[in-house]
Amino acid sequence: MEFELNKIPHLSEITAIHGAFNELAIPAKAHESLAERQRNSKKLLSSIEEAIKYVGLKDGMTISFHHHFRNGDYVINMVMDVIAKMGFKGLTLAASSLTDIHEPLIEHIKNGVIKHIETSGLRGKLAEAVSHGLMDFPIIFRSHGGRAAAIETGELHIDIAFLGAPSCDPYGNANGYNRDDENGSCCGSLGYAKLDAVKADKCVIITDHLVSFPNAPFGIPESHVDCVVKVESVGDPKGIMSGATRYTKNPKELLIAKTAADVIEASGYFNDGFSMQMGSGGASLATARFLREKMINKNIKARFALGGITGQIVEMHEEGLVQKILDVQSFDLVAANSLKNNRFHQQIDASYYASYVNRGAAVNQLDFVILSALEIDTDFNINVLTGSDGVIRGAIGGHPDTAAGASLSVVVAPLLRGRIPTIVGKVNTVVTPGCTVDVVVTDQGVAVNPRRPEIKERLEAAGIPVFTIDQLRARAERIVGVPEPIQYEDRVVGVVMYRDNSVIDVIRQVKEID
Amino acid sequence: MPRLRRSMLFVPGNNPGMIRDAHIYGSDSIMFDLEDSVSINEKDAARYLVYKALTSLKYGKKELVVRINALDTRLGIDDLEAMVRAQPHVIRLPKTETAKDVIDCEREIARIEAEIGLPVGTTKMMAAIESAQGVLNAYEIAKSSSRLIGIALGAEDYVTDLKTTRSPEGVELLFARSMIVNAARAAGIAALDTVYSDVNNEAGFRAEAELIKKLGFDGKSVINPRQIQPLHDIFNPTEKDIAKAKAIMAAIAEAEARGSGVASLNGKMIDKPIVERAKYMLERAAATSIPIEEV
Repeated sequence: MEFELNKIPHLSEITAIHGAFNELAIPAKAHESLAERQRNSKKLLSSIEEAIKYVGLKDGMTISFHHHFRNGDYVINMVMDVIAKMGFKGLTLAASSLTDIHEPLIEHIKNGVIKHIETSGLRGKLAEAVSHGLMDFPIIFRSHGGRAAAIETGELHIDIAFLGAPSCDPYGNANGYNRDDENGSCCGSLGYAKLDAVKADKCVIITDHLVSFPNAPFGIPESHVDCVVKVESVGDPKGIMSGATRYTKNPKELLIAKTAADVIEASGYFNDGFSMQMGSGGASLATARFLREKMINKNIKARFALGGITGQIVEMHEEGLVQKILDVQSFDLVAANSLKNNRFHQQIDASYYASYVNRGAAVNQLDFVILSALEIDTDFNINVLTGSDGVIRGAIGGHPDTAAGASLSVVVAPLLRGRIPTIVGKVNTVVTPGCTVDVVVTDQGVAVNPRRPEIKERLEAAGIPVFTIDQLRARAERIVGVPEPIQYEDRVVGVVMYRDNSVIDVIRQVKEID
Repeated sequence: MPRLRRSMLFVPGNNPGMIRDAHIYGSDSIMFDLEDSVSINEKDAARYLVYKALTSLKYGKKELVVRINALDTRLGIDDLEAMVRAQPHVIRLPKTETAKDVIDCEREIARIEAEIGLPVGTTKMMAAIESAQGVLNAYEIAKSSSRLIGIALGAEDYVTDLKTTRSPEGVELLFARSMIVNAARAAGIAALDTVYSDVNNEAGFRAEAELIKKLGFDGKSVINPRQIQPLHDIFNPTEKDIAKAKAIMAAIAEAEARGSGVASLNGKMIDKPIVERAKYMLERAAATSIPIEEV
């Protein structure tokens, strides 16, 4: 050695100097072929139990899951069963969302395996049980952007992420599809899983389709993955994804969608190079169909479409009407295949999509978003979480994030659902604050938030009749009357967080009716 | 301004959801059905429901029609007793075979009107022709009552009576349609076409709407709200139609200003039928542009 370490000036003040090089201190170089390395990958473990031991799960830790497999998901139930058998207790389950298929969690809650849940939404029997007081701890409901922000700030610290993936190589490069073959299931974007992989202390990929290294392109890179487990099946392909989202044939939804498209056209935001997002729900998805006709007639194109992506958006992309797609979640197989095959269809993560605290989120580049609602009140507050019986039955999703980010947020809903008015004096649960909601479109009239007088003027100038939200409420009540208020207990079973993770509302236990 | 009858939305009388929202889809008329779309064990319920809807809900300026059951059973009379009291604009009589059917129905309506102190003649009528005999009697039916606002073709029963079936091209209906349009025009009332049942076949529906417009019908019954817009698109005067009609009227005005009885446009003489068509076109255009009213 031709230098003396301690003679280098100011060395002690320079960071990242780990002494002098020592050949014996570095690992021996591998001489195996790629094929041999993959066979011998130490990251590839034989069972979920082994993975749980390997990453060091302990009682009271926070574990995370994604909801890209929707109602076809096997991963959460599968992992929780193993965790329960291994005897762990007091865990926090932080899923990006939960659906009907996660009913078995009820037992794990009763047995003390799960102490607390964070999620975007809750449905089915689990949601009913929670609404009736299943859990000691209230559930924390966050929007997709709010969850991303909470993870980024450390307020939601994930100890271990268990992330299902339709394809993965032995080193952990994982994705919601793969370009090697047509085998395995497919969910398209892994947008909600990506951030968990980055931020969790430990990350386990669970896959049913091992492909050869490198599984490129990947949604989650091996650099964020601790270990990989191959299982028989990560989910039911039919529940994960349907072939193509069809446009609704419901005449009322079509009427609402057509009106929403007319509103967009007149709003001042329907110009060449615009950006858009369509929320889930028949009417909001169908708005794309009517916008498409208007785009063709006026010869204008969208710069990008964001969000949950459907086959309809892909179709517009492929015919040149939408230049780029930013995809945090693929809603159908057409969207998933487009992500696989189309150059300008980009997979994005939840933070990039909608976080409030990062250095730039795509929702802030939206011209308009079309959103659904379970309830709308006369202050334009929106509920997408609890039903007219007060029971949890939905998901926040990106609702408050896109409403806040988009220059124009349009909420579509029927004026009445059966005997229940959609427009009410006060929503059961505030999810999206009225100050971020601009236009409400129902089958029986359009209302514009008084905060946006210029939008009202533009709509009226285009011949679209505009009513006040109170007029729409009165119209609904004239037909079906005012429902009896829901009876609640005092106990809080859910806490609804706004996207900045302030508490915007609480959900109380519904009273048992004899 | 003429009342447009491009579209008459069929609403089963036993479907509260559809009855409640029937006015939102923009059809010119709404027809609440107590007849074939209501099964025998729901007849009373449907009658009460439609009565309640007509007397409590607001449907704006829509023309409201109720199709009653035929008067050869007690149901038809019970329907009339309730519906004349509920006061829709029009009572639609099904399966009309002869002028006598209309006159018999009118007598009952007049009796009920008198009983409840309504000016006799308030309730208008229309007659649906759904048989070979009815088609042959179309003119007699059309002029049988001053209450009649129109006659309509009911094709399903008619083709059964003819011992044939409906075809996509509708050749089997050509005679009936022609008879009905002629009879209606001769009597000075509206001619309304039958439903197109294959709701997912928009191209077929459009072709049929084009055909009946060409034949001279005022409009058509629709069984799904999705059929309304395509139907109106076909029946509405186009900008070209309107421009041409305006040019004709301008040429006439200019000729009159000159004191000349002969007007011409682009080298072609404008005679009286051309002027009448132009006037009718402009009236329809004006009627079409009525904004959606507050209800």
